[in-house]
Amino acid sequence: MHRIPSKVRPLAVAGAAAMSLLAGTAHADITVISFGGTNQKAQVKAFYEPYTKATGSKIIQGEYNGEQAKIKAMVGAKNVSWDVVEVESPELVRGCEEGLYEKLDFARIGPKADFIPAAVTECGVGIFVWSTVLAYNSDALKAAPTSWADFWDLKKFPGKRGMRKGAKFTLEFALIADGVKPENVYKELATKAGVDRAFKKLDQIKPHIRWWEAGAQAPQLLAAGDVVMTSAFNGRIATAQKEGKKNLKMVWTNNIYDFDSWAIPVGTPKKDEAYKFIAFASKPENQKVFAGEIPYGPTNLKGTALVDKAIVPELPTAPQNMKGAFASNTQFWVEHGEDLEQRFNAWAAK
Amino acid sequence: MSKLSATMPAALASENTVSLKRQLGRAERMKKLKYGALIAPLAIFLLLTFVWPISALLKRSVDNPEVIGALPATSALLSDWNGENAPDALVFAAFAREMGEIKGTPVLAGAAKRLNMEQPGFRSLMMKTARAMPPAEGVSPRDALIEADERWADPATWRFLARNATPYTGRYLLASVDRTYDEQGQIVRAGDDQAIYVDVLKRTFGMSAIVTAFCLLLGFPLAYLMATQPPKIANTLMIFVLLPFWTSVLVRVAAWIVLLQTQGLVNQALMALGVTDHPLQLVFNSTGVYIAMVHILLPFMILPMYSVMKGISPTYMRAALSLGCPPFKSFWKIYFPQALPGVSAGALLVFILCMGYYITPALLGSPKEQMASYFVAFYTNQTINWGMAAALSAILFVATLILYMVYTRLTGQQDAASKAR
Repeated sequence: MHRIPSKVRPLAVAGAAAMSLLAGTAHADITVISFGGTNQKAQVKAFYEPYTKATGSKIIQGEYNGEQAKIKAMVGAKNVSWDVVEVESPELVRGCEEGLYEKLDFARIGPKADFIPAAVTECGVGIFVWSTVLAYNSDALKAAPTSWADFWDLKKFPGKRGMRKGAKFTLEFALIADGVKPENVYKELATKAGVDRAFKKLDQIKPHIRWWEAGAQAPQLLAAGDVVMTSAFNGRIATAQKEGKKNLKMVWTNNIYDFDSWAIPVGTPKKDEAYKFIAFASKPENQKVFAGEIPYGPTNLKGTALVDKAIVPELPTAPQNMKGAFASNTQFWVEHGEDLEQRFNAWAAK
Repeated sequence: MSKLSATMPAALASENTVSLKRQLGRAERMKKLKYGALIAPLAIFLLLTFVWPISALLKRSVDNPEVIGALPATSALLSDWNGENAPDALVFAAFAREMGEIKGTPVLAGAAKRLNMEQPGFRSLMMKTARAMPPAEGVSPRDALIEADERWADPATWRFLARNATPYTGRYLLASVDRTYDEQGQIVRAGDDQAIYVDVLKRTFGMSAIVTAFCLLLGFPLAYLMATQPPKIANTLMIFVLLPFWTSVLVRVAAWIVLLQTQGLVNQALMALGVTDHPLQLVFNSTGVYIAMVHILLPFMILPMYSVMKGISPTYMRAALSLGCPPFKSFWKIYFPQALPGVSAGALLVFILCMGYYITPALLGSPKEQMASYFVAFYTNQTINWGMAAALSAILFVATLILYMVYTRLTGQQDAASKAR
């Protein structure tokens, strides 16, 4: 071992400090916003930690429930502190048109052909496929529900119901329970009569609904016995099962699936790093780790091939889960979202 | 000489008074300036943090910049149009040109969003039309627009556009009181699936009144006790009032959720005592909201009452009693009128705070307990409809102002009456 002569030591320390300062500017930390809970935990394992290891840049985590106002305010004030955001499809399209999100350059992310076609959009690239399913607490119910019609059946399945607070998917499930076929749901909802029909159906169980907002609340409400059945994101229920809550069960009949996408708010000073992160998180091997942590389907086709065979039946993309499932109609929600959310809110407050 | 000597002092004196007056005036002015300089920071602070944001908010509630900003020439032409026959070729040409210019920009999206608010489906019409613009070489703008979507051949579509292409609009304020414009631009009642705000405002007032009443019922005896006990006991009581007052509202609300939930301490205690055999629904309904709001706002009721009661001399009551007035009557006739300024100040404070309350109903209530501020938050965060949020805030603001004016009028008359007596 060489010992550094004591006279040189301060210099060496100063040099090291200068080096670390340089290094500090070389890899900038970025802020990534997701939907929180177990979804975020899975992202830490699959994306954030490996990214920090590979590049040395830290990821500052944040969470939200999909409200776009904060992003709009940041972009409007030209003071953007969120670098990468997880967004649901209709919000992505709307935000893209309204100039909230950067138009993506796929040359910096990966070949478009590697992704499920629907996951590639002008301003976003899909992270994963998720489903909204019917979940129930088997300890609280005598029989097992099998459909959304059962969700509405208060006689056979007494108890409170949980639903995500908002029009999106709530109206779809109401129509399904009222006997509308999945392929006709959006056709029906596009008419005034169809919307009225959905709200009338919701009136039947309105006093029995506990509304939730954050995805993590659904399994909590079920496990605590506050509700006996709820609509829920499949990954949240699956991770709760893994944590030992075996009494939580899922019904895949007529589930609705959609993508969550990465998007970059316009005006972020760290656009290059944001691209780097998205490219990294879109790699098949990282998406594979994510699907292993929380059963949401990869959007990178090569990632789908890598996924552990044991997990495949839990993914929204598994053939038996796709049976009777239908995709959220992004265009419909872009067009009618604001109006229907407003009406939903008025209805809920009465 | 004597004449001179006689006038000299007089002139001198008048000169003296003039200069003295001037000096005095200068000193007064300096004083005013000094005082002015002292309060200037406060005035500027108030202007920046109070007057300006509130005026901006009021302006935002009638602002309508989206369509006129996106389509200035078309808007100008449409404002001159009689609205009966189909608009002339100039309008079509201006519209086609402007749509071509804003194609693919946030400006178009903003205008489309604004129009979609009035008529769902207009967003896609605008987007679709913009994609087809500007018209190809040699095609008339009119044909190109109708080719893009035949709704442009209908004067009703243009009337709709003209109605919304004004710099200011009353639609947000009207919507806040459940009114809307119909096809002809007349003010009519909004449809049942939109008309909720009058009920929400009534609910806001009703809940505020109930919370204020409970605070008064619980707070008055406590304030009276504190004001009449020896300092040692009074100070201990004061600590009990102030400790929760110093705790964060969010912490207290979260604590109430823990206490009141289905498997919570309160339910367990009630069941152990045999009061009930199944857990009661105490939270996520009106019960939870009232319990928590009364708890949080109680100090605002107690403190003003206490400070007034502390100043009431006990000799008045003693005099009344010794003169043979029955206890309750002497309390009502002698003590209560003196405590009234504290009671009304506390009640007003609690009532006004209640009207703008957001966090407690949001966390402890169901959608049916939400007050006006919840809808302000909904429009601000969820649908990004800041015009509507501003309009609801403006209504709440005006209601509070009226309330305050009524209060000062009432207490003012009280003072006059007591003086006359």
